[in-house]
Amino acid sequence: MSEVVETMEPGANEIDFSRVDRARLIEALARVLPPGCLLYDQEDLRPYECDGLSAYRQMPMVVALPETEAQAAAVLGVCSEQGVPVVARGAGTGLSGGALPHAHGVLLSLARFKKIVRMDPVARLAIVQPGVRNLAISEAAARHGLYYAPDPSSQIACTIGGNVAENSGGVHCLKYGLTVHNVLRVRGLTIDGEVVEFGSHALDAPGYDLLALMHGSEGMLAVITEVTVKLTPKPQLAQCVMASFDDVVTAGNAVAAVIAAGIIPAGLEMMDQPATAAVEQFVHAGYNLEAAAILLCESDGTPEEVSEEVGRIRAVLEESGASEIRVSRDEAERLKFWAGRKAAFPAAGRLSADYYCMDGTIPRKRLGEMLEAIQGMEKKYGLRCINVFHAGDGNMHPLILFDANVPGELDRAEAFGADILELSVSLGGTITGEHGVGVEKINQMCSQFSAAERTAFFRIKAAFDPDGLLNPGKAIPTLNRCAEYGKLHVHDGQLPHADLERF
Amino acid sequence: MDAVISGWVERIRQAAAEGSALEIRGGGSKRFYGQAPQGEVLDTREHAGIVAYEPTELVVTVRSGTPLDELEAVLHEKGQFLAFEPPRFGAATAGGCVAAGLAGPRRQAVGGVRDFLLGVQLIDGRGDLLNFGGRVMKNVAGYDVSRLVAGSLGTLALLTEVSLKVLPRPVAETTLRFEMDQRAALLRLNEWGGQPLPVSASFWHDGLLTLRLSGAGAAVDAAVVRLGGERLEEDEATALWLAVREQRHSFFSGDGPLWRLALPSDAAPVDLPGVTAIEWGGAQRWLRSEFEAKQIREVAAAAGGHAVLFRGGDKAIGVFQPLAGPLAAIHRRLKNAFDPAAVFGRGRLYPDL
Repeated sequence: MSEVVETMEPGANEIDFSRVDRARLIEALARVLPPGCLLYDQEDLRPYECDGLSAYRQMPMVVALPETEAQAAAVLGVCSEQGVPVVARGAGTGLSGGALPHAHGVLLSLARFKKIVRMDPVARLAIVQPGVRNLAISEAAARHGLYYAPDPSSQIACTIGGNVAENSGGVHCLKYGLTVHNVLRVRGLTIDGEVVEFGSHALDAPGYDLLALMHGSEGMLAVITEVTVKLTPKPQLAQCVMASFDDVVTAGNAVAAVIAAGIIPAGLEMMDQPATAAVEQFVHAGYNLEAAAILLCESDGTPEEVSEEVGRIRAVLEESGASEIRVSRDEAERLKFWAGRKAAFPAAGRLSADYYCMDGTIPRKRLGEMLEAIQGMEKKYGLRCINVFHAGDGNMHPLILFDANVPGELDRAEAFGADILELSVSLGGTITGEHGVGVEKINQMCSQFSAAERTAFFRIKAAFDPDGLLNPGKAIPTLNRCAEYGKLHVHDGQLPHADLERF
Repeated sequence: MDAVISGWVERIRQAAAEGSALEIRGGGSKRFYGQAPQGEVLDTREHAGIVAYEPTELVVTVRSGTPLDELEAVLHEKGQFLAFEPPRFGAATAGGCVAAGLAGPRRQAVGGVRDFLLGVQLIDGRGDLLNFGGRVMKNVAGYDVSRLVAGSLGTLALLTEVSLKVLPRPVAETTLRFEMDQRAALLRLNEWGGQPLPVSASFWHDGLLTLRLSGAGAAVDAAVVRLGGERLEEDEATALWLAVREQRHSFFSGDGPLWRLALPSDAAPVDLPGVTAIEWGGAQRWLRSEFEAKQIREVAAAAGGHAVLFRGGDKAIGVFQPLAGPLAAIHRRLKNAFDPAAVFGRGRLYPDL
């Protein structure tokens, strides 16, 4: 009975926007934006054709660069009235194509929203515009002995608006949480251009937790115009323990042992041998190149606290079979230990013309299994893969190396990635820990969620954006798309949406 | 499908078809909270037990009808706990704890219920059994429905399973007491909050500020030396924090309306008639007051927060602060998305949800 109704629900099919009238749109936008805030010549649009996932490219119809919230609201008003899709964009560093433009839509850049509105050291919060860079917040807070804790590896460039849209993590989120744990309030605009505030400067707000819902919503519910972040007192000291292991399974078990000992390190990262070899040749961090895996385990706090915790970490790692343990002797050495981990992506770029970064998260105890499976996939697809991961929270970033100029390699890399994501789901994990679904992992959403669950997502979207104008075609696949993709989420042994037409 | 679950699916579909309401109920310990429950009781306690718990993964998955005491006892054996210290107020269940979204004294230091919720299994108002989130720490696949459901007072869906992040119990804990007035207490709490100190709870009432420190032994010892104050005996301290969490402290006795004001931690003392207690470093203020609701709400809003009529009083004025701007419409549409026939928690949060 309900199946027939389901196909009428939002999200059964992609919405067709091909009838958007370009001239009418440009005319209306020019009326609400100052000169220089609207781009529509092909050469001006080019820089916006992709985000950090350059394998996907699409020219937008126009780019709007509002300078004020009122202008952004007016742009949304025009789009809402004319039925035009809107894709919001921060710094464009996202790795899943979440800010990929829409051919018949407006690319709404928040790049000019880069003011730190207020720094409040007493209440330990900062009110910032969405185009403020992640690291810039910590830099501005430093003189008060405070910082903004989430530190995605792109923190020099990525902006806070994008961090909220993707619920970004980072190296230290095991102890300090993700973006959702460090944001108090998001101010934004609905698709109609109305101002709306989610959360508050208190620790909660009346009604449903829409603040949490905004996190990781990939620009599909509202457009962010201001964010209040929580600031954390800077630890007095941080020290890093670097341990080498002869095989990856032992290293994986050591991670579990640290947690079992009741320790929540400030960071707990793993690199496999190919990753270590790749980075060592250009950062010279002194990594043990014989080791099958290296663990970096950080402790922070007061000097007394760190010394106590480092002692405990050391004992656990020794007992867990580490072949070599080194503890950073000073800040310079600590940064050197981390330099390699932080340079993993550029190092992959030196090894190979292109690389493809995955983001699956799995229960920690399945790490060994996953790594073995990846070795098998390297043979299957004839491509190399190096592994760095946030071991503490099971979030893996396999980097698949390929050369887009060699015919077939991009396709093989994508198939390799899809295999890893499917395996992440079947090991009890998720296809994305912190990079978002975007366009990149949209097919794998069909494996992770049932048709009923995906329909629920579309209903949530419709509660904010009834006409489906905000970032359409991203994050949640339509029922028909999943039917075409073929790898179905089999629930209770029944094939979902068997009633749908297949094209 | 489990027999209990399929029975519930059937009941929900029937209620939706008939247009009747269901009161989702666990231990009934927080029935006082929100507007009066409506509809026939659906008791979740027949669906109890721990589904999966692996201490090294820091995650526990539990059926919604599991008594919170039972869950905490299992975690305790492994040296772990629910860090947000949920209040019991009676025979609380895990599902009720998530649905009510109430956290205890450790809230400001570690986060609330939503911060520890990793995934849920639920039945929506159409009778569909759905899974959102998961059992891993980081997950951005799909909208964060789990956190949306936390604190929704059972108005969106019936929770069948919840996955919670757990943490190791702190190695050391010490409680200090200082004599100071409200203004001084708020100043000190905010000052300490900006320093790397292991403060895990605070409670001010009637000229006494009590502060709990938790963490590594060395960190707690160093903070004790630095902060001074009078050190409470372990038994006395444990009893005090339990009394604060469960609202058995003398401040909470009496029948007058009890207001909860959630404010920015550095907001000035509220200028309202009544008796005050302060928690969460200044971010949660309790007010026993017969004063007019409208004015209490205005004062809370002006300070950047909101006010809840937590216990007692006349609920006709609304338990929760009215929603501002487009939020009311978004709430109604979300309710409709999950529960179009309004089977669940009718009127519990707001009259039109």
